Amino acid sequence: MSIIARNITKTFGAYTALNDVSLDVPEGKLVALLGPSGSGKTTLLRIIAGLEFSNPGSGRIDFHGTDVTDIPAGKRGVGFVFQHYALFRHMTVAENIAFGLTVQPRRERQSTEKIQARVKELLKLIQLDDLGARYPAQLSGGQRQRVALARALAVQPKVLLLDEPFGALDARVRKELRRWLRHFQREIGITTVFVTHDQEEALELADQVVVMNNAKIEQVGTPQEVYDQPASPFVIEFLGNVNRFAALGHPLPGAGPDVIYVRPHDVDIQRHYEGEHGVRVRVQHVFSAGNYGRVALVRLDNGDTVDAELSRVRLTELGLAAGDEAFVVFRHIRLFPSGAFAERDVADGDSTPALVDAGKGI
Amino acid sequence: MASTVSSLSRSSGSVVRPLATRDATWVRYMLTAAALGFLALFLLLPLVAVFAEALRRGLGAYFEALKDPDGMHALKLTLITAALAVPANLVFGVAAAWCIAKFTFPGKSVLITLIDLPFAVSPVISGLIYVLIFGAQGWYGHYLNAEAPWFPALQAWLIEQDFKIIFAVPGIVLATVFVTFPFVARELIPLMQQQGNDEEYAAITLGANGWQTFWKVTLPNIKWGLFYGVILCNARAMGEFGAVSVVSGHIRGETNTLPLHVEILYNEYQFVGAFAAASVLALLALVTLVLKSLVEWAHARRHA
Repeated sequence: MSIIARNITKTFGAYTALNDVSLDVPEGKLVALLGPSGSGKTTLLRIIAGLEFSNPGSGRIDFHGTDVTDIPAGKRGVGFVFQHYALFRHMTVAENIAFGLTVQPRRERQSTEKIQARVKELLKLIQLDDLGARYPAQLSGGQRQRVALARALAVQPKVLLLDEPFGALDARVRKELRRWLRHFQREIGITTVFVTHDQEEALELADQVVVMNNAKIEQVGTPQEVYDQPASPFVIEFLGNVNRFAALGHPLPGAGPDVIYVRPHDVDIQRHYEGEHGVRVRVQHVFSAGNYGRVALVRLDNGDTVDAELSRVRLTELGLAAGDEAFVVFRHIRLFPSGAFAERDVADGDSTPALVDAGKGI
Repeated sequence: MASTVSSLSRSSGSVVRPLATRDATWVRYMLTAAALGFLALFLLLPLVAVFAEALRRGLGAYFEALKDPDGMHALKLTLITAALAVPANLVFGVAAAWCIAKFTFPGKSVLITLIDLPFAVSPVISGLIYVLIFGAQGWYGHYLNAEAPWFPALQAWLIEQDFKIIFAVPGIVLATVFVTFPFVARELIPLMQQQGNDEEYAAITLGANGWQTFWKVTLPNIKWGLFYGVILCNARAMGEFGAVSVVSGHIRGETNTLPLHVEILYNEYQFVGAFAAASVLALLALVTLVLKSLVEWAHARRHA
């Protein structure tokens, strides 16, 4: 079931939550709506679900080619999972999961035995076989989230929508549940859209990432595309850590201060350097706990701070300590002039003349 | 090592907690005594006095006073009034709380203020307002005397039935409804606001209609708060004096509720009768309090 949203605008009083947004979700894909809070991602999800409606006269939602713009949430065939689970607190886990089946019109409703069998099947799927008689308050956060998912799936929705599904969980459970969801979504092949503000989650989980900011979509692409070819300064800044420098001079035609971005893992630290692109720095702090070594540096020419990320092996090799002087070389930089976009690989040496100037300006 | 352990266990036997977390003994006893003394003086003593006065001439006189037909009628009227006013405010309170907590609409703050109005207005004033509207000299009286009224059939029927509002049971019920208006709604609004709308939204995405959502999701979630509001509402409905006093007309055996009956007997120096009736009222209040405690206890147990 593919989802198409066209020209959705939504305002709450004077506040614009979505400004003429269009989105395509291909069938069977797992799509992440990624953005900071207030970017409109949850509103878009709720409009797709039918819990919210776009401004009168604006926009259209199609499910698999059928216009559902005016169809209420309960008839759209969507499964919705809420950030804080929204489990019915006075019902047991089994009753929660069965809810969608028991409220169907009498003509369409399945027999009690069939509903029970379906609940059992879903409890098995979420690996909570023995907890059907518990109340939501007696479950852990991760278990509650799985119950919420099972409840949404019980009515066999054509589309699964998740609002910050792992937002309220601790880091370890989140990771586990993320993997489980990925596996499970692949298995049943249901078209899924989830909202998150966690870029790591979006990049790890999604087939397609929709980066949103300020009521607009900034970029749509595979995780690799949005990470490696960010379409705007916002995307590069939002997806992971990045060093930001003002470029000296205006290497490209066009006015405005140009900004250069370098990912910490594209910063190479060297004790001695003879080439022309090296920048002299002083080591401020070395963080050696964790998967990567991180080094905080200060440029000696203009005082900007530089964060570098390198392997633990390389860090040991360098033997850096606070106060040491060294050189950094940027392997890969991205330059955003006002309105334009440029990119180059310093190491490849295939840069245009204009961008060599940019390199000198770093 | 052994000596360390023993010294540790010895010192833990007589732990001296820091003074910051504990007041001096005399302070604690003083505060407790002040609280208990206040309670005894202002709450317990009057309650005891009611029963003591009622039983002053012995049990025989007490039951004799209770059997007084006017008193029985007052008790009946009080119960009827509560039985009409409480369900009315139950339905209204749930509907209003549902609107206010779950939706945004223009005029919402006006509605909230209106709900609080009966708390702000003196009951006597609210009684007077009803006299002005429904009394013989009020709008209702004008309607009955009008030459060319709206709905002539209604006017004819009302005259034929001799349907009176003021100085009759309908007025008493109306005044009681007005005074006890906020109890249920006030109890439910914060509860429903705190619970939010997510469960209702979840029910809707699962295909439930509005009615199913209300009965299966909203109502079970608020039932304890609702019980509590109803109990408070009932206590006030049975005990209301001011507003009811203005609209009832004090017709003995007809429009006297229990609180009014107590006052009449007291003014006629029939102390045993007055206190016997008061003791019945106090008993009704005690039953209400016991019910309330039971509700709280059951609620706490469920959420333990």
